[in-house]
Amino acid sequence: MTQPARGAAVRAAQKEEVWVLKLYVAGHTPKSLSAFSNLKKICDEHLAGRYRIRVVDLLKDPRLAKGDQIFAIPTLVRQLPPPVKKIIGDLANSERVLIGLDIQPAGRSAGKRKES
Amino acid sequence: MAKGAKPVFEKSPTGIRGFDEISCGGLPRGRTTLLCGGTGCGKTLMAMEFLARGAMQFREPGVFISFEETEEDLKKNFRSLGVDLDRLMERRLIRMDYIRIDRSEIEETGEYDLEGLFVRLAHAIDTICAKRVVLDTIEALFSGLSNPTILRSELRRLFQWLKDRGMTAIVTGERGEETFTRYGLEEYVADCVILLDFRIRDQISTRRIRIVKYRGSAHGSDEYPFMIDSSGISILPITSLGLNYPVSRERISSGIPRLDQMLGGKGFFRGSTVLISGSAGTGKSSISCSLVNSACSRGEKCLYITFEESPEQLIRNMASIGMDLEKWVKKNLLLFYAIRASYCGLETHLVSLVNQIRSFNPKVVVIDPVSNMGVVGTRFEVKSVLTRLVDFLKVYHITAMLTDLMHRGEPGEATSEDISSLVDTWIFLRDIELGGERNRGLYILKSRGMAHSNQIREFLITSNGIDLLEVYLGPEGVLTGSSRASQEIREEMERLRLKRKAERDIREQERKRKVIEAQIEALKAELETAVHDRELMITEEKERIAEKGRERDKMALLRKADVVMKERPVPARNSRRIAK
Repeated sequence: MTQPARGAAVRAAQKEEVWVLKLYVAGHTPKSLSAFSNLKKICDEHLAGRYRIRVVDLLKDPRLAKGDQIFAIPTLVRQLPPPVKKIIGDLANSERVLIGLDIQPAGRSAGKRKES
Repeated sequence: MAKGAKPVFEKSPTGIRGFDEISCGGLPRGRTTLLCGGTGCGKTLMAMEFLARGAMQFREPGVFISFEETEEDLKKNFRSLGVDLDRLMERRLIRMDYIRIDRSEIEETGEYDLEGLFVRLAHAIDTICAKRVVLDTIEALFSGLSNPTILRSELRRLFQWLKDRGMTAIVTGERGEETFTRYGLEEYVADCVILLDFRIRDQISTRRIRIVKYRGSAHGSDEYPFMIDSSGISILPITSLGLNYPVSRERISSGIPRLDQMLGGKGFFRGSTVLISGSAGTGKSSISCSLVNSACSRGEKCLYITFEESPEQLIRNMASIGMDLEKWVKKNLLLFYAIRASYCGLETHLVSLVNQIRSFNPKVVVIDPVSNMGVVGTRFEVKSVLTRLVDFLKVYHITAMLTDLMHRGEPGEATSEDISSLVDTWIFLRDIELGGERNRGLYILKSRGMAHSNQIREFLITSNGIDLLEVYLGPEGVLTGSSRASQEIREEMERLRLKRKAERDIREQERKRKVIEAQIEALKAELETAVHDRELMITEEKERIAEKGRERDKMALLRKADVVMKERPVPARNSRRIAK
């Protein structure tokens, strides 16, 4: 990501701009499906109206795995706001997802952050 | 596992020099091999060479999945070994994929699998129809991910997947404290495990390789030294060469006619190994250069390995005794390989010498002096290395001349005993001090398979080359130098004296003969006279008797007497009759 773009993104994030999330899957496996539903739930709860989820199926285009250095499935990549963050797994533990994505839980204080 | 057992599965030749020999054909085809070893032992290099050679020599495209080095780094590393990965990648023979695992930017939550890795691998394999796969080093997953349970089951699945797809794969792993790999990868890879090792002793490093396990196949079980040079890895499994090499009856000249004479008149056997022992300054290098000079003049390639003198110095020194080695160098018939013995370990020397020999393909090799190897190893190690070197040279029918520097004051021939049993011809040079001079003596201690002289010869280095002269045995031992010269004069005078005496004797004999002949002539004349006289006497006697008879008849006639009857012989009554 180029420097000006990055700066713009940071500013956008500060104004609580749109979150761009990418979920990498490989076919419709139970893990992928549950990851997607878990993610949808978390986003609706905490990022209502300001998120965009793009699901990338590597079976359809394996070349896409290289860009985000995907090796585990499912992988969630936070593209915006920067910096890029990655979470692997089916996102069942929403507490950890919030920490991993650095999302301020809606209606609550951030609590302990980054205790992994 | 029984040696010589029929391989259960097919093998993929690696093309790595020496490896296919110790593994009896290469890596198990369609299986995964674990390549483990400590940091910097050459794992990545070996894995990459496996792919590169597979692509170039065996037309088997390969995929390299790197977890540690970026593609750019890998390309740089391999360019330094003369492998142009860019070109191989353009020709779709190699495909690389760098998988970066950075724990700091990864959060784990819940269940996951490594399908992403499988997808990338499958994509890479399918793109170039790969037959070979390298995963270097898959253990990075363990340090990047925190759930070992998932990892282990996924790795098991990965290896099975590779097997199902018929990939000949190499997985590298860092050596652990007590296990072959830090994370126990050997648990999953059951077919073939190879261990690389990098040891330093006396400040000299040696790399070694060992096949720990190879299911269903015979393999060399020793530790083999290997080397990484500008063309990759080479392993020298010479211990497996055995003694069944063909031998030649062809003879080659030593370049010194008198020495050839001493060696049954024809010189050395082609492919034999000659050891020249002697203390400093006895002319070992000069003899070696004579051999090289004569071989080059026959158009044969020679490799001269020197541990002490620089090539320029040798060329200059040999020019002073009438040998122009420079022209052979220019004609590319002679190659000097100068290296300090202490430059690297013995095993590395062995491998580099063998590589030099393989690439130059000479007919004659000189190692001057081989005793310098003792600097970097024990007696046992030197012998082990030389045994393999000599075997190697014999297999390739290369005539070898090894020189051995002995130190003055040591009990002579004992120092070279270790290697003497390996060599076919052993020439010994020694100083002979006599009459205030030091001269060189040469003799042949042994020479297998030929009648050879047992004489000590004086060995002269002149501006026209090397010559051997007879030596004289006087009351004080062998005579050389000026003692020999004065002995020569004495002998010449003695010879003249004897010659004159002989002439005198011959004349005396001639005279005696003539006297005897004269005597014989005189006696013959006497004999003739005697015979003649006797005949005369007989005639006279007959005539006298006849005359007497006539006179008596006449008298009888005159007296008118009766005629006397002649007596008749009476027949012998008792004459012997032949008994039947």
